[in-house]
Amino acid sequence: MIDWFISAAHAAAAEGGAHGGHEFNPMHQFSIQKYFDIHLFGYTVPFTNSALWMVMATTFMTALLLYSMQKASLVPSRLQSFGEITYEFVANMVRQNAGNAGMKYFPVIFTIFLFVLSLNMLGMIPLPGLGQFTVTSHIIITFALAAFVFIGVTLIGIFKHGFGFLKLFVPSGVPIWLLPLITVIEIISYFTRPISLSVRLFANMMAGHTMLAVFASFVVGLGIIGGWVPFIFMVLLMGLEVLIAFLQAYVFAVLSSIYLHDALHAAEH
Amino acid sequence: MDPSAAKLIGAGLACTALIGAGTGIGIIFGNFLQGALRNPTAAPGQFPNLLLGFALAEATGLFGLVIALILLFVF
Repeated sequence: MIDWFISAAHAAAAEGGAHGGHEFNPMHQFSIQKYFDIHLFGYTVPFTNSALWMVMATTFMTALLLYSMQKASLVPSRLQSFGEITYEFVANMVRQNAGNAGMKYFPVIFTIFLFVLSLNMLGMIPLPGLGQFTVTSHIIITFALAAFVFIGVTLIGIFKHGFGFLKLFVPSGVPIWLLPLITVIEIISYFTRPISLSVRLFANMMAGHTMLAVFASFVVGLGIIGGWVPFIFMVLLMGLEVLIAFLQAYVFAVLSSIYLHDALHAAEH
Repeated sequence: MDPSAAKLIGAGLACTALIGAGTGIGIIFGNFLQGALRNPTAAPGQFPNLLLGFALAEATGLFGLVIALILLFVF
């Protein structure tokens, strides 16, 4: 355990040293580094920094929620009220957007929200020896999450309504001569949902972190005398990025519950 | 024309999508302020919708930025 941690730290340091003297590349922060291989049922699964950050995010959030509810009392402590506020916040959001029928799927939305939120927030913190990495700035991660939501929601709709689910594509109250066009548009917009859901999160994270890297290079480039001006901007941008990290997790969860609402009430259109 | 020049011009053109994002975010916050000043008591309840609209408007602009980055770094 400790062994690979140290070797990973050395690898990161060597990587940083090799790169430090050469030209600056804002895309370098998104590179995936392999720490070691796990041999599983004849397959070789590389354990990368992406996997490490996902493990950290999951462990952190699980530990935080479990610990905050350890000594639950009527008058909550600070940590307990953090857990309760988080729960209430997501529960209210699901109830508003997916209705009371959607509360059955609240645990999934809560998990997705906390997972994305903790990944986004961990990406803002540079860790000593490991560097800094944002898992959600890779489209394959966000697309897997969005595809999971999309397939799950579609299956819920089909199991609940059967063929009535297809009414989702034929909105009521539309003039009959407009229906062929509207139906095609509805079908296209339904199938682009996983793409827009994943690209929204991925693009926000990647653009934000590239922007931070570019501004950080101004600080280094202008040196100790002129670097203070971009440094102040850097602090403000960091605040904006923390806001965006929270907002994108929130938007991901809201849109998931809106899609859930559509699937649950597909036949009532 | 040199293909790499066309690539750079295309990436620059793709970034014009951010004009729309800027306009959209301005419209959202401007209209929210207008409504909030007319009816301040109703404003806090609409704050989540404001953030949702902001994030949705910003994302459409970032789609263009992604196209630009793909042009620059993939091709």
